[in-house]
Amino acid sequence: MHTKTTILSLPEEEFVNVGTRACSGCGLGIAYRIGLKALGRDTILVVPPSCLTVLQGLFPIASTKLPCLNVTFASTAAAATGLLAALKSLGKEKIKVAGWAGDGGTSDIGLQSLSGAAERGDNFIYLCYDNEGYMNTGVQRSGTTPLGALTANTPIKGKLQQKKDIPAIMAAHGINYVATCSAVYPLDLYDKIKKAIPIPGTKYIHIHTPCPPGWGFDPRYAVKIGRLAIESGYYDLYEIEYGKFRLTAASEKLLEKRKLIPVKEYFRSQSRFMTLTDAQIAIIQAEIDAKWNRFFQSAD
Amino acid sequence: MGTRKYRYKTSHSQPGPGDGGRTGFWRVLRPIINTETCIPAKRKAEACFICWLYCPDAVISRTIPPTIDYEYCKGCGICAEECPTKAIAMVDEGSFLKDEE
Amino acid sequence: MHMIENGNVAAALAVKLAKAKVIAAYPITPQTPLTEKLSELIESGEMQAEYIPVESEHSALAVCIAASSAGARAFTATSANGLLYMHEQMHWAAGARLPIVMCVVNRAVGAPWNIWNDQQDSISQRDTGWIQMYACDHQQIIDSVIKAFFIAEKASLPVMVCYDGYILSHTYMPFELPDQERVNAFLPQFRPDYALDPNHPANLNTVTLPDVRIDVHGELAHGYMEIRYLLQEDLRNALSVAQEAENRFREVFGRGDNPFIEPYRCEDAEYIMVGLGSISYQLRDVAETLRDEGMKVGVLGVRLYRPFPDKTMAEALRGASGVIVFEKALSYGYEGALCSDIKSALFEHAQGGRKRTFVKGYIAGIGGREIKTAELSDTLRSAMRGEQENGPNWIGIKIEE
Repeated sequence: MHTKTTILSLPEEEFVNVGTRACSGCGLGIAYRIGLKALGRDTILVVPPSCLTVLQGLFPIASTKLPCLNVTFASTAAAATGLLAALKSLGKEKIKVAGWAGDGGTSDIGLQSLSGAAERGDNFIYLCYDNEGYMNTGVQRSGTTPLGALTANTPIKGKLQQKKDIPAIMAAHGINYVATCSAVYPLDLYDKIKKAIPIPGTKYIHIHTPCPPGWGFDPRYAVKIGRLAIESGYYDLYEIEYGKFRLTAASEKLLEKRKLIPVKEYFRSQSRFMTLTDAQIAIIQAEIDAKWNRFFQSAD
Repeated sequence: MGTRKYRYKTSHSQPGPGDGGRTGFWRVLRPIINTETCIPAKRKAEACFICWLYCPDAVISRTIPPTIDYEYCKGCGICAEECPTKAIAMVDEGSFLKDEE
Repeated sequence: MHMIENGNVAAALAVKLAKAKVIAAYPITPQTPLTEKLSELIESGEMQAEYIPVESEHSALAVCIAASSAGARAFTATSANGLLYMHEQMHWAAGARLPIVMCVVNRAVGAPWNIWNDQQDSISQRDTGWIQMYACDHQQIIDSVIKAFFIAEKASLPVMVCYDGYILSHTYMPFELPDQERVNAFLPQFRPDYALDPNHPANLNTVTLPDVRIDVHGELAHGYMEIRYLLQEDLRNALSVAQEAENRFREVFGRGDNPFIEPYRCEDAEYIMVGLGSISYQLRDVAETLRDEGMKVGVLGVRLYRPFPDKTMAEALRGASGVIVFEKALSYGYEGALCSDIKSALFEHAQGGRKRTFVKGYIAGIGGREIKTAELSDTLRSAMRGEQENGPNWIGIKIEE
């Protein structure tokens, strides 16, 4: 059991400059800031078109203090592979490579190259910050947008399909480390990145990332709403390490508490779910209850 | 005067602050820390720093008490919402603008 | 050392001699033997490089773009639809000014599916900002790939070396294998101005504004337009880099003269045929036949298509009464791309008072349709007699009875 990082033991050094173009209250702002502390100075980042592209800044000013390669939308993981190959050929294997992509760039257009890299076992960390939509281009639906969410292109009926389960897809590749995190549990994110770094092969970390304009809430509640997702058991923080599944952090605590906040509170906190009926929410609640009953039974 | 002599021929950005300009101008509300209820201020020691942890823009410094860079703070309010002792109040920015003019 | 091998193997051996360090490969006919040979050379230990079996051509060029950005010499190869799949990355590599070298084994594009040779694949990429070299035999393939790395790294531009699928890729020819020491003397180590490095952090290829902007040092930095202008300017200046490479190659290897054109019996020619790639050698048979009949005809083989050596082309063709262009691709909706470029060059460099040269274009060999030398001779005779229709004619087409 590794030591859990605390706020006071987090490194103070910031790897992001102030004055970025990220929205006020951006969940990615928290995840990225703390995530870079975990990755450290000796890292090259790969970033496809996404909110992060804008957060990182427009030429000629860079908000990130680490070297970064912007790439085309579909090619994040392939570019990471290319960087690793170059670093190996130059004898610079100590430099880490990390891809930071949004949910669209991961679950939709970027899935092919991510799958290819995972199949090859290329040694980098892929972080997907999931704000559940193409937020950078104006809140269009993506593969990971949840059922019922109103978006710019599901403006009346809400998304009719389920959220695509990318961590499960990555686990099916048999890679050694898959983890789910949340931007609003940054210490857990920090620890998981730190754990992932020395594990060989491709590592995948999925980060649930609240987005005030995209989800429809006042920015000051970004952390609260992120927490509701976990404490209602709707989104779980887990690890699949060498094939072994384990609930972690706040989700692990739910196993002990045995009490979940009704998921209705999570849905009613965001205007994107305003067309979800009570009946639909009840169905989702039942699914969550079933899932957690299985977790409770496995824990006994 | 053109860019003929510029040092790079490609889009090659260098690290620096303020890519988004002086993002402090985005604020409608400004966070103000009450040093009487702020935990590290009261204890005169490193403690809590939850506001520092959750700031999406890295404008809070881990000093005792924490200091906020108002040039760049966007006024999101997360620090005020998450402070365990409610030591941070979100105050109308307008009242400060008059003083700063 | 002389050897007999196929064109794909010749290309692979050049990549090995050039000491490329990162090879990305996705299989597509008729490129496959090239990358297979490279994987054999790497797995046997004869070549030190990283071989990445990517899951698509788009990713192949993504790997090269990243590897080159980190300071490694990168190579890939493809054909037809594979090249089309990486089209987005083609623009990217050029705009990012990366000295990637790629072999394009020319093949027809779908729809419908066709695996045989024509040049639509590479010709359709002519606007991307890549340098395009065309080889006519195996010696040219191996020499061009080696020169390509020199030109790419000197000009900071990606280079494609094109050769005809099956006609060159799969046929066997004798050629001289350049010796490693001489290649080392010709091609210096890759030292980019910048490679991604935590000690000198930078953010590459991010969003760039329409207008100029002050940077972190207070200096005025380019807008997007300036960066693209520099691409064009450096691409045009690559004409002189290509000549420099040719001169240097001649000093080291004893062969090489004109990197732009390969003229054959053009000195006194009244009519000059123009071809790109191996067809230009086939056209020499046509020239011989008609010369025997007393006609003054010649052939101009084009070796460098982008940047287009317009001045050289105009000077070579200006004196002729007629120019007859045979090409295996076209710009759909108008005419053969090479034909258009030649007309434009002649117009651009026309000298006052001179009788205007006619330029007539024909399309041949699309989808690998066999090109019969006798048909070429007949076409040339009819063009010389002034029997011209508007627009390109298609040789060997069977749509009419």
